[in-house]
Amino acid sequence: MERIKFTIDHKQCEADYGQSLVDAARENGIYIPTLCHLQDEKPCGSCRVCTVKINGRYTTACTTPIECGMEIESNTDEIMDIRKSLIELLFAEGNHYCPTCERSGECDLQALGYRFKMLVPRFPYLFPNREVNTDCPHLIIDYNRCIRCKRCIRSVKDENGKSYFAFVNRGNHIEVSIDKKMAADMPLELAIKASVNCPVGSILIKENAYRVPIGKRKYDLAPIGSDIENSVEHVNMEEQS
Amino acid sequence: MKSTVVDILKAFESDASRLMDILHEIQKEFGYIKDEHISELSDALELSEIDIRQCASFYHLFETKPTTHRIYLNDSVIAQMKGRQEVLEAFEKELGISVEQISDDGIALRRTAGMGMNDQEPAALIDDVVFPNLTAERAIAIIKGFREGKNVEQLFYMELGDGNNSHPLLNSMVNNNVRKAGKVLDEFYKPWTALKKAVAKSELEVIGIVRTSGLRGRGGAGFPTGMKWEFCRASQGEKKYIICNADEGEPGTYKDRVLLTENPLMLIEGMCIAAFSIGAQEGIIYLRQEYRYMEKFLNMKLDEARSNNMLGNSILQNDNFNFDIRIQFGAGAYICGEESALIESMEGKRGEPRFRPPFPVQSGYKNMPTSVNNVETLVTICKIIERGGEWYRSFGNSHSVGTKLLSISGDCTRPGIYEVEWGITIRQMLGMIGAQDTVAVQVGGPSGTLISENLFDHKLCYNDLPTGGSMMIFNSTRDLLKDVVLNFTDFFIDESCGSCVSCRATVQQMQKKLVKIFDGYGVESDLDDLRTWAKTTLVSRCGLGQTAANPIVSSLKNFPQLYNELINTDVEFVSSFDMDAAIAESCKVVGREAVVH
Repeated sequence: MERIKFTIDHKQCEADYGQSLVDAARENGIYIPTLCHLQDEKPCGSCRVCTVKINGRYTTACTTPIECGMEIESNTDEIMDIRKSLIELLFAEGNHYCPTCERSGECDLQALGYRFKMLVPRFPYLFPNREVNTDCPHLIIDYNRCIRCKRCIRSVKDENGKSYFAFVNRGNHIEVSIDKKMAADMPLELAIKASVNCPVGSILIKENAYRVPIGKRKYDLAPIGSDIENSVEHVNMEEQS
Repeated sequence: MKSTVVDILKAFESDASRLMDILHEIQKEFGYIKDEHISELSDALELSEIDIRQCASFYHLFETKPTTHRIYLNDSVIAQMKGRQEVLEAFEKELGISVEQISDDGIALRRTAGMGMNDQEPAALIDDVVFPNLTAERAIAIIKGFREGKNVEQLFYMELGDGNNSHPLLNSMVNNNVRKAGKVLDEFYKPWTALKKAVAKSELEVIGIVRTSGLRGRGGAGFPTGMKWEFCRASQGEKKYIICNADEGEPGTYKDRVLLTENPLMLIEGMCIAAFSIGAQEGIIYLRQEYRYMEKFLNMKLDEARSNNMLGNSILQNDNFNFDIRIQFGAGAYICGEESALIESMEGKRGEPRFRPPFPVQSGYKNMPTSVNNVETLVTICKIIERGGEWYRSFGNSHSVGTKLLSISGDCTRPGIYEVEWGITIRQMLGMIGAQDTVAVQVGGPSGTLISENLFDHKLCYNDLPTGGSMMIFNSTRDLLKDVVLNFTDFFIDESCGSCVSCRATVQQMQKKLVKIFDGYGVESDLDDLRTWAKTTLVSRCGLGQTAANPIVSSLKNFPQLYNELINTDVEFVSSFDMDAAIAESCKVVGREAVVH
């Protein structure tokens, strides 16, 4: 595999040709925050949280393949503020009440809120009317918390490639919707996949709440992105250099 | 006899990528798309029902409720200026409903935007037929006519339009309003001479001529056409496609409507030349549903080309040149004017723009190399091949060569199509169109800029004021913020595909802030917020998202006094929340005054 060189915020980096910027950065111990990105699924670049700047142009790190000699701006004040505003927009657009949410401590949106030191969104809350759907016997789908990241849409399909989830409508009326007929017979393992892939508390398995107590959850133990920044490989590389 | 869903599916060989056509046919046959149809399609196309709903619900001209007739009244800013409100009220009163509702006898009254009729507003799309120059009386007569059992053609209230509009296959009340013809629109066109010239050369020579001409994409983005073709030609693929973008959704532009009506053979010939140059076997015209009335006419022109051996196999006895064109209809979505969203739509999906790379020239329609070119670009190609790249280069100015079709509307005495050389100033343009007392010009449609009088000496060209041709003129009687900027902002909210957070959520927040200012609750920091928030839209995936804040940003920049007049300068903070108004109803119910601290 061809190795190529590039820089992120002036730091020399190296990665395999053909990787996305997110993966290439990770390999070099640099965390580019993501939200809609799902490892092993085709990226869709809808949350824009992984926005970086290359040659004065914004692009999303999840959808852009790394190229030789790229000079990537990532953790600049400008880009960090754009990322923070995107996270704030999501909090203001839905109804996100962390203290009563089953996903608190395991929620990527909440974890990014902490990472970006969001106290209160700069945007007014929109308090939309959203529904809770229970068409699937295994799932509670709380649209109040949905951030329209498309992770469920992209990753949960039946053996013939038919979708369980899809967007309906467009613009600010866009919603994720579940296929009524297919939901009724959805196998448990696919329901679990949908729930695990949901970055927020929107898709939950019924009768399964609070198995892990608050305080002992993923992001209670370590902030989002810290696994990449403290990765062993990376520390070793630093020591060698 | 009515066709069934089975017949319709058979006509499209149960090909899921033709879902747009299938849904259109169902709507034509049954008046709307029923749940049972979706269920039937789901089985036949091997898609889940939600896969079908996601497409059907994306396009606002697909109807999923029972209707007998469908009226889509345009709500562009120009329509508002030309009396849309009275027409709307007449429809509402006669039908006994509000807009976005359906009357007891099944007549749906809906809104649409950017119908491509800015020179003859107010206009409506009624059962797929364009009704321009509406008045309250005409609206009432239409509803009465429907109730007497008349069909849409029996309700025409004007003479048929000029030029080909009165051709029996077009049969349209629309007028062309061509006011000034230049090098592209002039009468010097002899069908098929350009194509014959092209096939006598090598593919690369033809592309060379296009490169020499300096032609850039006329849809608005301005990408060099020769370069696009060269990239597409160089890309590897079993098949290649040339797509004509006839979606023309930017509010205020309607030049493609006129080109399609008056110069269809030039367009077909331009597509053939493109196909020859890049090695494409299939051409598709993506035509907006608003222009459905041209379908029969354009198909007749395609047949004419086929019978002249300009389309089909071994074109002009050239054994390796096989190429044909079909028409694909949209269903009401501004975003599908973006080339990758257009391709998604052609594949039977939601019109969500793709991310790049790969570019359509590398991997476009059905993942094959695809060149998407605007109608005006392809028509211009004929003239360039006929008369040479150097000839075309001699027009315009040093930065932007050639001519451009402008679609003029708003406060002027001669709205219509003007073909001008690049480099004319806004002031020269205003003189030409009979505009007086002009205070603002929206250059390039809502995604462009709103400019003030002190900028009228700027030039229309790629490095000064670039434009796809939409020009809306406003005089001093107009309320630029409430009538124009808010209308455009609402347009972008409605027309966003909804995928990127930066577009979907930011513009909505900016719109609310705008309304807060209009309601008298604005302060200085609200204007700062608008300026800063707009930056977030720039990280969106496509041009719509990146320009969706332009109406607000450009009006803040060029008309700051209009905002300053509206804000409270003596306070730092005013809540947008009116406590007295919020509790007024409950106070009335309990019959007591509230004590608010």
